Amino acid sequence: MAARVLSFYLLLFLSIAQLGVSLYEDQVGLMDWHQRYIGKVKHAVFHTQRSGRKRVMVSTEQNVIASLDLRHGDIFWRRVLGANDSVDGIELALGKYVISLSSAGGTLRAWNLPDGQMVWETSLQGSKPSKAFLLVPTNLKVDKDNLVLAFGGGCLVAVSSIDGEMLWKKDFAAESLEVQQVVQSPGSDVIYVLGFVGSTQFDIYQINGKNGEVIHHETSNYAGGFSRNTLIVSDDMLVALDVTGSILITVNFQGGKVRIDVKPISDLVGYYSGQVELLALRLGRMFALKAHQHIALISVTNEGKLEVAEKVNSAAAISDALPFSEGQLAVARVHHEDNKVQLTVKLGNDWSTNLLDETVKIDGQRGLVQKVFINNYIRTDRSHGFRALVVMEDHSLLLVQQGEIVWTREDGLASVLDVTTTELPVEKDGVSVSKVEQNLFDWLKGHVLKLKGTLMLATPDDMVAIQAMRLKSSEKSKMTRDHNGFRKLLIVLTQARKLYALHTGDGRIIWSLLIGSLRKSDACGHPVGLRVYPWQVPHHHAMDENPSVLVVGRCQLSQDAPGILSFVDAYTGSEIESSGPVHDVLQVIPLPFTDSTEQRLHLLIDTKQRGHLYPRSREALGIFQQKSSNIYWYSIETGNGIIRGYAIKGSCIHEDSDDFCFEPRDLWSVVFPGESEKIISTATPKLNEVVHTQAKVMAEQDLMYKYISKNLLFVATASPKASHGIGSATPEEASLVVYLIDTVTGRVFYRMTHQGCQAPVHAVFSENWVIYHYFNLRAHRYEMSVIEIYDQSRADNKDVLKLVVGKHNLTVPTSSYSRPEIVAKSQSYFFTHSVKAITVTLTAKGITSKQLLIGTIGDQVLALDKRYLDPRRSLNPSQAEKEEGVIPLTDSLPVIPQSYLTHALKVEGLRDVITVPAKLESTTLVFAYGVDLFFTRLAPSRTYDSLTEDFSYALLLLTIVALVAAIVVTWIWSERKELQEKWR
Amino acid sequence: MEKGKAVVGFGRRWAVEFTDSSAALSARDIPDPPGFSRASQDQDDSSVSRQKKDAEVNWKTQKAWEVAQAPFKNLMMMGFMMWMAGSTVHLFSIGITFSALWQPISALQGVGKVFEPYKDGKVELLGPKLLFIALNLGGLALGIWKLNTLGLLPTNASDWVSSLPPAQEVEYSGGGIPLY
Repeated sequence: MAARVLSFYLLLFLSIAQLGVSLYEDQVGLMDWHQRYIGKVKHAVFHTQRSGRKRVMVSTEQNVIASLDLRHGDIFWRRVLGANDSVDGIELALGKYVISLSSAGGTLRAWNLPDGQMVWETSLQGSKPSKAFLLVPTNLKVDKDNLVLAFGGGCLVAVSSIDGEMLWKKDFAAESLEVQQVVQSPGSDVIYVLGFVGSTQFDIYQINGKNGEVIHHETSNYAGGFSRNTLIVSDDMLVALDVTGSILITVNFQGGKVRIDVKPISDLVGYYSGQVELLALRLGRMFALKAHQHIALISVTNEGKLEVAEKVNSAAAISDALPFSEGQLAVARVHHEDNKVQLTVKLGNDWSTNLLDETVKIDGQRGLVQKVFINNYIRTDRSHGFRALVVMEDHSLLLVQQGEIVWTREDGLASVLDVTTTELPVEKDGVSVSKVEQNLFDWLKGHVLKLKGTLMLATPDDMVAIQAMRLKSSEKSKMTRDHNGFRKLLIVLTQARKLYALHTGDGRIIWSLLIGSLRKSDACGHPVGLRVYPWQVPHHHAMDENPSVLVVGRCQLSQDAPGILSFVDAYTGSEIESSGPVHDVLQVIPLPFTDSTEQRLHLLIDTKQRGHLYPRSREALGIFQQKSSNIYWYSIETGNGIIRGYAIKGSCIHEDSDDFCFEPRDLWSVVFPGESEKIISTATPKLNEVVHTQAKVMAEQDLMYKYISKNLLFVATASPKASHGIGSATPEEASLVVYLIDTVTGRVFYRMTHQGCQAPVHAVFSENWVIYHYFNLRAHRYEMSVIEIYDQSRADNKDVLKLVVGKHNLTVPTSSYSRPEIVAKSQSYFFTHSVKAITVTLTAKGITSKQLLIGTIGDQVLALDKRYLDPRRSLNPSQAEKEEGVIPLTDSLPVIPQSYLTHALKVEGLRDVITVPAKLESTTLVFAYGVDLFFTRLAPSRTYDSLTEDFSYALLLLTIVALVAAIVVTWIWSERKELQEKWR
Repeated sequence: MEKGKAVVGFGRRWAVEFTDSSAALSARDIPDPPGFSRASQDQDDSSVSRQKKDAEVNWKTQKAWEVAQAPFKNLMMMGFMMWMAGSTVHLFSIGITFSALWQPISALQGVGKVFEPYKDGKVELLGPKLLFIALNLGGLALGIWKLNTLGLLPTNASDWVSSLPPAQEVEYSGGGIPLY
């Protein structure tokens, strides 16, 4: 009955507005925020002409090319290249173009400097992969046309900078030359191409820059063998390391004559151990050698002798040399002293001269300086000033000028790895509402303004004031928990191993933490962050205990590297505790149990499939051992095409084990035939999803029982050819097989083959259904399919009387070993977009209807009602079905422009979308991240349980007052009239 | 009803008797007009009042039956309205259904009051009352039937199951593709 009435109201709402997600223009920014980032900068080119805007062009590790305002750090324009299109270099050409070389020398593009329009693009087909260089000589001209030299794929190509036309091409791969460096000889058109053939032969080609003809070719040999770590010093010298990495080889090629000199590194820097590396910096007649945690700056004298100019700690960063006045070079060196950063600009020609020496105080949470780029300007007193663009360990970007940080960009947020949420602190007596809400007068004034807006009495100025008031409503950015659960903290782990807490109200950073235990150390060479999990969520002591999160990392990228665990307080952003390096971590399984301090039990699986229990307390162990007979886990080996299931056998028996380690017992395995099926995608239900009901009521009051289990796994496999990009397989070769597997017993519930379909597959699992997206080669279109599963073994629970008196087994705990009978219903539809991510809305109680959130290829988030993906759709639904909300079947899913959550914005480089339920049942919070961040609130069936924020309380008050007044007036009036009647 | 009673009880406050029964003998010479029966003249006062009473009882009984049958008309009208309202849930059909439920209930509550005027030691009211109750119950049944056709009665299994949370699972399983 209730369901019927509810569905009636839902229908009513839906008929009022087809989809409840669209918004009006003035609602933008009310509940959503969008932050634009660029990522970790790897190249920077300054463009600071005397007049006009000063800007810096950067390219980043997130494949972004951007032009930043040098004054404020804002983005003038930004272009995000594809995921495989990493930038090799950027340069300025003709004073108006930004030339970028990307895809390992495969693509050369020119961007208009003021607005970022692409002017031309040239695809360079190389013959084999090689290093990639971009060279924009200033004086190399052919018919007034400046040339751009690009090396990539073993070919040197000269391209016209005006239209991108290829002028000449020279293939070096054919001569089996591994090109190491390409240099232009100063003041002439000659290009030197330096490289190795094999490991011992050094080749040098002199090429006429105007037509690509080889002028001269000379080879030379060095028996010791070259490593591939080389560097150009000045214009006529190449520095290389030998194969053992202990000898420095200098190759002087002045005038085409090759002279090889050798010098052991220990002669230069004294005792050292470990790897030696030449830093890829252009320092004029100097080079930097990194050995034994020190950087040795070695200068080359005019006679060709090597001298150590300075030895600095390896935590220092050195910039490229900047020519600033005739013949003079400036080099910036940044190093840390205590918690301050020392920026020194030195004269490249004379290392003992300091042009600038400044101390800058930089937030300790930014870590070490990674890169520095310098630029000079003329001070009012005609002396040279320098500004430095500094890239920090957390990928943030700072501009330092005159000992001050001019601006900061938090670009670490462009590489989010994982997100979790925590609640904000409960409102305490200290923080009162009135304090934040200013005073009553302001409140009243605001409402009067709003009322004016509603009654269309507002002047344009008022409208602006109203909009500003709505946008920076203090209500949404308060630091306390709210009744509706809209305000939360997003805990974000980034690639730079930094943890940020963002406020959902306005996206500001509450705290950030460069996780200490995940920083580079002797024990951990290249630590990486993996995931972040909610560790402790206090409910009983919410007033005086802080929630905490668990950050899981590894020492190295490889799976068998030791793991690192860090526990971070979610309110203060301080590391409470850390352990590591510990055993390796393959998988983290949050268990559905908590101990008395409300710490969630986690089982960490290592590469030997042993389980390690956390937290490491006796109490947790007790709880775990009590439940251990019902705990299972599985591992998906995508390489071998095997899924294995395990249970706990007992405590570990190996030597360095403790009580918290458990041996696995092999239970089952599903082996996919390797020659015909390859695992490409999997999906599981979300652990925190709440399902309201187990029954699905069909038209005519028919009943089906959903098969709801968290222990289900959706696996999609494709034939090996069809598991790559589209176009790699013909329809006959391609097939896609989907499975539903019970992860406790290993039983395959359902299997379906899609002939002529192929990867990529994106899937989402929720309640009793899976929706997946793939490409149909026969139809040349993307498709989406839905599988709904129902429990047939409960289907006979239809006797009303028995249900009324409660004589049924519907709420009895179920076991996967009871072999439930499963019925699956499925349907497929065409879908226009290719997809980057799919997720589904989650609400607090699971009553609200579901919407799919689709991250489209255009980096937007599209909301699609689940009702469109319903296997019961048919061409002519019956009256009862229509009443129930079954939509007539169409072959493709509609894309309604108003249902883009991101409206006019783009979440560049979108990687994933997550949803978090708010306390208000109708509402869910959506966070999409990629290079950009986007957050919004979504009510899939409109906010049926609350008044909207736009609701005018003043109007309501006014109406009530007016009504009361009217009642009083009419009452007096009628009294008087009655009296007159009586006198008559 | 009050008015009717006044007429019945005090309708004849005074009367002019044109015939004098004491002078009957002197008038004997004149034959009675044809069709005149002296027997009627012989009725005594008590018999006259009893006759009056009988008429009253008859009349009351008849009225009571009429009142008892009144809901039938109502029932028919309700049925027609329900048919017009259709079987989908909207404001009109809900209003009609609830009025169809409310009317019989309020009528049943006031059964005593409805038959108050006809209350008399001699008037047999049980029959009309029973009929009245039965008809109203019929109306109520019609209302409930309508409620059911609207789907607002929890007579289906779905109504009892839709709020049942999913059963808990005994086992717990986790895992997946190794973290990278």
